[in-house]
Amino acid sequence: MQTYEQVAPAALPMAAARLYNHGERPLTAMFANDERTINGTMAIYCIFADSRQGRYQTVKVSLAEQPWQFPSLVSITPAAAWYEREIHDLFGIIPVGHPDLRPLVLHENWPEGLYPLRKDFRTEILVPVANREYVLPAVKGEGIFEVPVGPIHAGIIEPGHFRFSQAGEHMIKLEAKLFFTHRGIEKSVEGIPLERAFYQIERICGACTVSHAWSFSQAIERLAQMTISRQAQYIRVLAAELERLYNHVGDTGNLCAGMGFAVGISQGSRLKEILMNLNERLAGNRFLRGIITPGGVNICLTKAIADDILATLATVEKEFIQLVELLQDSEAFADRVNTTGVLSHQAALELAVVGVAARASGVNCDSRRDFAYGVYGELDFKVPVYTTGDVAARLWVRVEEVQQSMSMIRQVLSAMPGSQEKSKEAIEPLVPYTYGMGWSESARGQNIHWVMVGENNEIYRLFVRSASYPNWPAVTVAAIGNIIPDFPLINKSFELCYACIDR
Amino acid sequence: MFKLLRKIITTGMVTEPWDAGAVGPNFRGQLVVKNEVCTRCTACCSICPVEAIAINGDKLVIDHQACIFCGRCVEVCQDNALKHSANYKLATKPVPSEGSLFKQDVIKVLGRSLAIRHVDAGSCNACDWEMTALTNPIYDLQQYGIDFVASPRHADMLMVTGTVTRNLTQALTMTYEATPTPKLVMAVGSCACSGATYGTSYAIRGGVDSIVPVDIYVPGCPPRPQALLHGLFLALDRLK
Repeated sequence: MQTYEQVAPAALPMAAARLYNHGERPLTAMFANDERTINGTMAIYCIFADSRQGRYQTVKVSLAEQPWQFPSLVSITPAAAWYEREIHDLFGIIPVGHPDLRPLVLHENWPEGLYPLRKDFRTEILVPVANREYVLPAVKGEGIFEVPVGPIHAGIIEPGHFRFSQAGEHMIKLEAKLFFTHRGIEKSVEGIPLERAFYQIERICGACTVSHAWSFSQAIERLAQMTISRQAQYIRVLAAELERLYNHVGDTGNLCAGMGFAVGISQGSRLKEILMNLNERLAGNRFLRGIITPGGVNICLTKAIADDILATLATVEKEFIQLVELLQDSEAFADRVNTTGVLSHQAALELAVVGVAARASGVNCDSRRDFAYGVYGELDFKVPVYTTGDVAARLWVRVEEVQQSMSMIRQVLSAMPGSQEKSKEAIEPLVPYTYGMGWSESARGQNIHWVMVGENNEIYRLFVRSASYPNWPAVTVAAIGNIIPDFPLINKSFELCYACIDR
Repeated sequence: MFKLLRKIITTGMVTEPWDAGAVGPNFRGQLVVKNEVCTRCTACCSICPVEAIAINGDKLVIDHQACIFCGRCVEVCQDNALKHSANYKLATKPVPSEGSLFKQDVIKVLGRSLAIRHVDAGSCNACDWEMTALTNPIYDLQQYGIDFVASPRHADMLMVTGTVTRNLTQALTMTYEATPTPKLVMAVGSCACSGATYGTSYAIRGGVDSIVPVDIYVPGCPPRPQALLHGLFLALDRLK
C-alpha cells in the first residue's frame, strides 16, 4: 500500500516532520527526478516507511524556478544527509541548510557545474578530468594522527578509502570515502527498454543479484498491474532465500577472518562453496543470475532439483550448527565479538538503518513481514531481534536467519504447485511517465527500486536504494571508540556491499 | 578445543583436482552456434544486451569477452541454432604485440610461482567473491604456488575485476605502476574484458585494456573459480 501527496517546497520540512513523527516512520528513500520535459519542473521525492501499517508514504515537491533549491531535511532526520548530497552532486539542486555538502558520488576528478543525471546532460560528451580538492575532515590535536587505508586494500575486497583519526589505538573519527565503483547505471539505463535494461540492473551487485532483480521486476509488475503466477512467486522466494543463505553462511566464516580464526574461515568458506554449487545446478549461474525476470521467472523446478536442494540443505544445516558451536565454545571468540562495534538503538533509528544491522540493534523490522510481498505473507517465519548492537548481535541474527531461511525453503518446496512450465508473461505497453516502486529484503536488508517509464516501455528514471546505502554511515558511527585492530571485524559484521551503493 | 580438533579430523581432506568438479546441466558456458541451421534472422543480434553477437559473412560470430551469459539469445532463437555448452575454459592469451613487456621472459622469471594483487576497478563484486573462493579448501590456490599478496609491490600479476570507472582510474594506474616489471595483467570477467556490460556511461572508462595492457582475458559473468584457475594456468603455460 502506498500514499502520495505533493506540497510546496517551503512546506516540505513540516510535511516530512509529520510523516517522520520522531522516528516512527523512517526516511527510506529520497531522490530527484528531472521532469522538465514532462511538466517543466525538477522534482524531489521523499519516501517514508510505515512498517506498522505496511505502507510507504511519499511526499513530493516540484521546483519550477532556478536556482532549484529546497529546504534540507537533515535537521529533521540525519538519514537525509547522504540522499541530499547525492541530489546535489547529480542534479545540482541545492538542499538549503545542509551542514556538509561535500561531493559524495562524484569525486575530485569530476568538473564542477556538470550534473550527469539532468536530462540535458549528453552521455557521449567527453568529460574532462578535473583536479578538485576532496576534503576528508580529520581531528586535530596533540598526539592525534591519521591512518589512511584504501581504496586498494590488502585482501580481496571492494574499493573504499577509510581515514581514521587515532588517539593511540583508539579510533576517534572515521571518515569513509566511497562510491569508487560508481558506474552511473541509473543514467545508462535511461532511454533503454526495460527488458533490456534489466541485465544491467541484475548486475548492480553480485551478492544481491536476486534482490535487485526482484525489486526491479516488482516495480514494473506493480506499474503494469500484473499478477505473477504462484509457481513464479514460489521460485522467487526460493531464489531469494538461497541468496540469503549463501551470504549468511559465508559471512559467518568471513567474520572469523576478522580475527584470524582459521578453522572458522575454512569451514565457513567450504559450506558457502557447497551452496554456490547448488545455485549453479539450479540457475546455471553461481550467483543465481537468470532466475527472476520482469513478468515471472526463467526456470522451472524439477523434482530432481527439488530433492537436490533438500539433500544439500540437510548437509549444510548439520555442519553449520557444528561451526556455530565452535564459535560459541570459544572464549577468545566471545572476547573479540562481545561489546565490540556497538551501534546504539537510537543511532540505528536516526540513520534509518535496515536489515541485519537494524535487527541487531533492537529495531524490529523486516520487509518480508512488514511490507509482505510475493508469498512471504503465507510462510511461517520469525524475525530474530537482538538488542546489544555489537558484532556478536549481528552474528547471532545471521545465524538465526540461516535457520529461518532453511525452514522457508522447505515450506516453499512442499507447497509448490506441481507445474513444470516456465512461468513468464510479457510486459504490456505501460502508460508513459507513470512510476512504480518495488522492494525486497536482501541478505543486507530492504532494497528499494523506483522506476518511472517513458515512451515505448523505456526507462525514464531509475532510483536504486539498496540496503547498504543507509547502513554505511552506521559503520562509521559504530567504529568510534573501538581500537583500530577491531575495525576489520566491525566492518565484516556489517558486511555491506560497495557495488550496491556505488551503482 | 576437543570439538575443534574433532571437526578438523572428521572433515578430512576436501580439496579437489582443479577441473574435476561436475558442471550442472543448466550451466550457461560457451555459446555454441550451429551455423548449418541458423537462418540469419538476427533476432539474437538485436536482443543481446551487450551486442556480443554479429553476423560476419554467412556466419554468426560470438564475442565471448563481452557475453554476459544471460541466455537471452538462446531463448529467442527460433532455429535452435544457439546453445550454452558446459565449457567454461574460455580464457585467452593474445599473442603479445611488438614492444610488449611480455612475455615469454616473464614465465622464465616467475618460474612456477605467482604472487597476485587484486584490483577492483569497478565490479559488481561477483568476480571478487569468486577470487575469494579460490582460497577456500576446495580449490586451495596455494597448493599451486599461487597466492594473493597484500601489496602490488610484492605482486607478479594484477587480477583486475570490473569495468574501469572514472573514480578508480587513478588507483588502477598507480597500482600498475607500483607493480615491479615484468608483470602480468589478467582481466577478470566480462566487464573487465569488454567494458560493455553497463553500456555507455559518464562514470565508465571502458574495459581494463583501455587503461593498462592486458595479457590474459577470462570471460564469464562471473567466471566460476575453475575458469579463473584455467586462466592462471594458461598464463603460466602450465596447462597440459
